Amino acid sequence: MVTSTSDLTTDKALWMFETMMTIRRFEEQARREADAGRLRGLHSSIGQEAVPTGVCAHLRDDDYVLGTHRSHHHCIAKGVDLNEMMAELLGKATGTNKGKGGTMHIADVNKGMLGANGVVGSNIPVAAGVALSAKVQGRDSVSVVFFGDGAANQGSLHESMNLAAIWKLPVLFVCENNRYAESTPVEYAVAGTSVANRAEGYAMPGVTVDGQSALDMFEVAGEAVARAREGRGPTLIEAQTYRYMGHFGADDPLSYRTAEEEQYYKDRDCIERMKAHLIETGAASQEDLDGIDARATEAVAAAVRFADESPYPQPEELTTDVYVSYP
Amino acid sequence: MVTESAVRRLTYIQAANEAVHQLMESDPRVIVMGEDVAGAAGREDQGFIDAWGGPLRLTKGLIQRFGPERVRDTPISEAGFVGAGVGAAATGLRPLVDLMYAGFYGVCADQITNNAAKIHYMFGGKVSVPLTIMTNIGAGVNSAAQHSESLYSLFAHFPGLKCVVPSDPFTAKGLYISALRDDDPVLIFNHKMLMGLRAGPGVPEEMYEVPIGRASVAREGADVTLTGIGYTTQVCLQAADDLAASGYSAEVVDLLSVSPMDEETILESVKKTRKIVIVDEDYPRCSFASDVSALVAEQAFDYLDAPPVRVTPPHTSVPYSTALEPLFMPSREGVVEAAAAVLE
Repeated sequence: MVTSTSDLTTDKALWMFETMMTIRRFEEQARREADAGRLRGLHSSIGQEAVPTGVCAHLRDDDYVLGTHRSHHHCIAKGVDLNEMMAELLGKATGTNKGKGGTMHIADVNKGMLGANGVVGSNIPVAAGVALSAKVQGRDSVSVVFFGDGAANQGSLHESMNLAAIWKLPVLFVCENNRYAESTPVEYAVAGTSVANRAEGYAMPGVTVDGQSALDMFEVAGEAVARAREGRGPTLIEAQTYRYMGHFGADDPLSYRTAEEEQYYKDRDCIERMKAHLIETGAASQEDLDGIDARATEAVAAAVRFADESPYPQPEELTTDVYVSYP
Repeated sequence: MVTESAVRRLTYIQAANEAVHQLMESDPRVIVMGEDVAGAAGREDQGFIDAWGGPLRLTKGLIQRFGPERVRDTPISEAGFVGAGVGAAATGLRPLVDLMYAGFYGVCADQITNNAAKIHYMFGGKVSVPLTIMTNIGAGVNSAAQHSESLYSLFAHFPGLKCVVPSDPFTAKGLYISALRDDDPVLIFNHKMLMGLRAGPGVPEEMYEVPIGRASVAREGADVTLTGIGYTTQVCLQAADDLAASGYSAEVVDLLSVSPMDEETILESVKKTRKIVIVDEDYPRCSFASDVSALVAEQAFDYLDAPPVRVTPPHTSVPYSTALEPLFMPSREGVVEAAAAVLE
């Protein structure tokens, strides 16, 4: 075992708590913005905070993360600025993407966030290429692509896992199995019901992990990141998690799942479990944690103020950035 | 200008191959990926290396010069390796990816049209994708419907992509160099009927660029404009010879770039000759030929002595039989006939 929770410093544990808390508060605000009609196309990551948090705890700014249509949590865990994210959600010129990408395409290369992507499975080959780029250029950075259980059935995952395995690319394939591809249950759509098992066919480690546990995520991702960074090749991680909200803003998940099932996962909430861990180990008091929550809440409120005060893009932005140069 | 003594009669494939060698030599960021771009992958220890050098032999010799780290045979996984080209391009490399036939775009279209084309725009200009995709197009060798399409019109439809179609060895080398040096994604369409061609002005040994987005006047004339693209430029040049024998002076505009389109050169020529025959092997509906026709009709209407005419295949797939395939392709005789009609 390269990494274990014993490698988790108090500072890192508190960073993980604050990151998850920030994601939760940001997503709650995003939901309010969507309800107020100021944001279109929201896919909430509430419930899945631990997955990118445990992974990104091991990443540097020169490591790359690639996401999905549901990627606010990836962006925050990778350190993308909240103000610029909120501005992007509201379509403002100060947004990460100058208001041209919106919720499904947030990117910030300076932080190693190479973009959310609105097409299921689309970013997986790109992530393999990012890893190839690092390898060819002799950099020890790694590439992480998050995708859902829906994307696990896309051919692009299989092509990319094969490519990454034969070329020993420094990439982590992280499946956030939140049990639903839109409204379609995983037990219906994923043959054999295990995504992790699919790694076996490509001669790479495939690990199933409790994605509602930041500590478990930290441990599993630590080993996979070290493996990639040391040139020992890719890993497939299946994080078993749950999205508390519907697939998108107006989706009522109770049209395809039970309240009992929702409660089962909410009783295993990643933030509550991290709180309990921090208090049990004496790393933090309830007051400390309340203070972190207050800080996260204020950071989100500040982001809304920043976005509100920011201008919309100028009309000429419509046709800029189509090309680097076009005569 | 290329002096007579310096003229080197390389084939199209040799010219493109030389360009890629020189690009890899001069820029360590250039890598090559695709199916059998070298061949016999991983069997160097058994004495097998560079077995194919690409399906057209266009990448022959690269692995021997630059090694398997930069010259990568891929599995038959277009979505995988075209997508990897996007990711590699977005993070510092300049990949040249071989999509064996344009008709195979269907298995990797998402990577080309949703990622390569859109990343720069969606990310507010903060990431660029200097990816070059080369692909084989065209009818003429009985490859049937899935291996003979031209399809550049399809990609020109997408903002964010640049599309070039060399017409001879000289433009092939220059466009390869321009494409690999360009900061945007570029597709190079290689027409299979041109691969062995040695015609044109000859190929200088040094590196040079043929600018993307610029057409060239391949033959000057006064009576009618013939526009060609890729192989149909050669067809137009032959037709111009025939028209000259009948006493007509045809100007041949070699379009070279489908996106960006060089509107100025087309309009200038038409304003001079007042007649245009647009010759294109791509499917005729919603095509580049119809775009050129619309351009001329909208912006040079008052100069025209006759409506623009398009010489294209019929709205059909490419047939296999030697009895049918020539009926699909724009022919020298067909161009002469169309030109004669507008000249009379």
